[in-house]
Amino acid sequence: MTAETIPTPVAAPNTGPPHPLAEFWLYFRANAGAVVGLFVIVGLVVVALLADVISPHSPIITNNTVFLKPPFWQAGGTLAYPLGTDAIGRDILSRLIHGARLSLLIGIAVVVLAVFAGTVLGLVAGFFRGMIEIVIMRLMDITLTLPSLLLAIVIVAILGPGLMNAMLAVSVVLLPHYVRIARAAVISEVAKDYVTAARVIGAGRMRLMFKEVLPNCVAPLIVQATLGISTAILDAAALGFLGLGAQPPTPEWGTMLADAREFVVRAWWVVTLPGVAILVTVLAFNLFGDGLRDALDPKLKR
Amino acid sequence: MVRFIFTRLSLVVPTFIGITLIVFVLVRLIPGDPIETMAGERGIDPARLAQLRHEYGFDQPVFVQYLYYLGRLFQGDLGRSIVTHEAVITEFKALFPATVELAVCSIIFALCLGLPAGIIAAVRRNSIFDHGVMGASLTGYSMPIFWWGLLLILLFSVQLGFTPVSGRISVMFYVESVTGFLLVDTLLVGDYDAFRSALAHLILPTIVLGTRPLAVIARMTRSSMLEVLGEDYIRTARAKGLPAYRVIAVHALRNALIPVVTVIGLQVGVLFTGAILTETIFSWPGVGKWLIEGINRRDYPVLQGGTLIIGAIIMIINLLVDVTYGLINPRIRYQR
Amino acid sequence: MPLLEIENLSVTFPSQTSDLYAVDGVSLTLERGDVLGIVGESGSGKSVAMLAVMGLVAFPGQVTADRLTFEGRDLLRLSDNERRALTGKDVAMIFQEPTTSLNPSFTIGYQLAETLILHEKMDRKAARRRTIELLDQVGIPAPEGRLDAYPHQLSGGMNQRVMIAMAIACNPKLLIADEPTTALDVTIQAQILDLLLSLQRDRGMALILITHNMGVVADTTARVAVMYAGQIMEERSTESLFGSPQHPYTAALLAARPEASDGGRLATIPGVVPGAYDRPRGCLFAPRCAYATPHAAECRPELRPWQNGLIRCHYPLGDTTRDERIAADRRAAPPAAAPEVA
Repeated sequence: MTAETIPTPVAAPNTGPPHPLAEFWLYFRANAGAVVGLFVIVGLVVVALLADVISPHSPIITNNTVFLKPPFWQAGGTLAYPLGTDAIGRDILSRLIHGARLSLLIGIAVVVLAVFAGTVLGLVAGFFRGMIEIVIMRLMDITLTLPSLLLAIVIVAILGPGLMNAMLAVSVVLLPHYVRIARAAVISEVAKDYVTAARVIGAGRMRLMFKEVLPNCVAPLIVQATLGISTAILDAAALGFLGLGAQPPTPEWGTMLADAREFVVRAWWVVTLPGVAILVTVLAFNLFGDGLRDALDPKLKR
Repeated sequence: MVRFIFTRLSLVVPTFIGITLIVFVLVRLIPGDPIETMAGERGIDPARLAQLRHEYGFDQPVFVQYLYYLGRLFQGDLGRSIVTHEAVITEFKALFPATVELAVCSIIFALCLGLPAGIIAAVRRNSIFDHGVMGASLTGYSMPIFWWGLLLILLFSVQLGFTPVSGRISVMFYVESVTGFLLVDTLLVGDYDAFRSALAHLILPTIVLGTRPLAVIARMTRSSMLEVLGEDYIRTARAKGLPAYRVIAVHALRNALIPVVTVIGLQVGVLFTGAILTETIFSWPGVGKWLIEGINRRDYPVLQGGTLIIGAIIMIINLLVDVTYGLINPRIRYQR
Repeated sequence: MPLLEIENLSVTFPSQTSDLYAVDGVSLTLERGDVLGIVGESGSGKSVAMLAVMGLVAFPGQVTADRLTFEGRDLLRLSDNERRALTGKDVAMIFQEPTTSLNPSFTIGYQLAETLILHEKMDRKAARRRTIELLDQVGIPAPEGRLDAYPHQLSGGMNQRVMIAMAIACNPKLLIADEPTTALDVTIQAQILDLLLSLQRDRGMALILITHNMGVVADTTARVAVMYAGQIMEERSTESLFGSPQHPYTAALLAARPEASDGGRLATIPGVVPGAYDRPRGCLFAPRCAYATPHAAECRPELRPWQNGLIRCHYPLGDTTRDERIAADRRAAPPAAAPEVA
């Protein structure tokens, strides 16, 4: 049946090819999970932007009259603290809301840094080849060989614990993926005729790199960046959990869990809720990223 | 085949030297004089400091210091812990079996569930089962495993009392270490109660550590299987009149497993990352917990040595995966 | 009792927008030892029809037929096990791409022996002996040494010989060869066809040769069915079909052969095979036919006996009244409404 493939359905006649964005949306919309992911992300962004307005209490100020209050639907809970309070009387809901702001910030900042540095390194490696390429790619291979969290931990151990250093460490860990994508894209694009054409009319290296080649590797970079946000949030939370990331009283979800460990037996809400927040956020970005990849990947388009 | 292995080996050596260089440089970046750090809070008199600096070669140029470091490395000297004054390699050897035992159980757990789930999902594409497997695996992939561990403890240990909360084995038992793997050692001495205790302690950490590999293996197996099921030779196998289970389990699976093996190899790094978190949650006495404690105590030789050994182990495993890949894929076995 | 009887076989691939008729009402009868050619362009449904006979149409394809019997046994009523006992044993098939049709992870010896162990209940040793015999019969030199070879170590021609050996391993009564030579070098093509025909003669098995190459059909088969868009357009003896084609489509196919060229441009058939969305209401070939009339575009012709064969056309070329009838039908409706796509 190789030569005799079943005729593929053709679109209704007289309609030209749809606008690329419309076509993208058509493919993206078909993936229910991706749409759900998108909605959750939009919701999180809204919550993060309005954190100061919608959170009922301060995320940091303690109230020593309400230690470990359960959520409102349990005996002893009140609607004043809908999701209960932690061991030193802080409102969990408010901390979660501010945590959303922090997590999105971490995810985006880390990925922006990694994508920027990674793309530049990848473009340089792909364009200049030779020794520069070997050094860059070997370094990236080594970074990939070491377990990501271990490398991040070593970096944080050297720089000292803290949110900024943790973000830097996670950026370094994510870097190799973007370097590889950018370099691979450059190498395959440079061989193509349009780059030769640009070269023939005298385009400089910088122009070639950023004006001609870069736009052609944007799609894989966007997909990897979306999935990178989820990795960044997860790794930063893990560092926070190990006491190496954001420091108390910062309402970072991973740090909240580190504080909560000793209350596993007494107060389930302190332990479960921040984790649910991490899981939902990471899952949303992964769903969205998968949807993006499927919609942008021409191989899967039929 | 021999040439194939040698080509791979020749790639491993520069990577290993690169790892030593990076680990060396990273630790040199730590602010403060290493001897003073080693002396700790007691302080040290200047004459002794100068003498020690000379002994350790810290008065030499950095490049010479790196060569000294390499030289010690090749004699198997990874330095001594500042806290315990034990050789790093000795401490590592003592703790490593616990991590391996946990990691092996996790990967077995992940394979036992992930392969069949992926295969069935691919064969019954777009069924409810398929959607369920894909949803569950994406959730597992997105799971913050440190929280997942707490959740399982909350449910199974605290609420239901099924499993112990932490540790490797109940304090009631003492088992002479032969292999270092408690499941094996308890059976060797025939202490079945101790075996049961060790097994009970393993269950939750295994699930926690195995969750992410399970998700990855299930997804990978499914997509690899889907691709293979569309191949011409599957049609041929069916045209021979082979029963469906033989077409899937023999003709499709053999080919679908080739990329899955690579993915399993890549999971080793992920397993170490997970081991750090899992061992911390369950107080599992392995190298992951040891490294975190090393950081908290500013025990840099432990961090340096531990990172290096783990890097080397992962490299070797990746090499083995490459070789296995060649063994199960005749196209590679014969062409190079 | 004929070996294979097909009546009104259809294979549809349902989709949300418009079902795809890959095979649309195909009827064929094959006697023992017959050699039948099925020709048609890519997408004409010739492969899918035969896959349906083999029971290999993949989900979501749906197979229906008024009658689909092999040696009088109703293939559509057989249980899965009974059907499998038949496929690979009494009915075997070889495919276009020999190299991708063999499993890359197993030796050819294993893949051959597998069939024998399954259908002939041989043990490994006997299967191995028989495998060597079979490889020898299909003209593979030094067969003992090839048993442990993997498909990628052999050439395409050798792999097709292995496929043929695999297909004839259990002495099938019917062999379906789907474009067996298309992927091979020209020099090998003739060898493979000769091999197929000599095996067919020696064993008295029936052979269905699917091809888009009219030349191959002319040299090898006794009878030809011409398929277009899932339907049989014309069926008759090879000699009479090549001598005086009755269907305009057959005539156009023959005219498009390089051999038929008088040195100028090659003749072509304008347009393409209709897909799921532009399937004509009437004669499927009408949109591309030089003799189409409004009547033909509206009303689908039946497959009917005509001059010792079968034809699906309102105006067969050998019909003495056709010119008048075409002219009359064209007059009956305004020319503007001519060949319309439904």
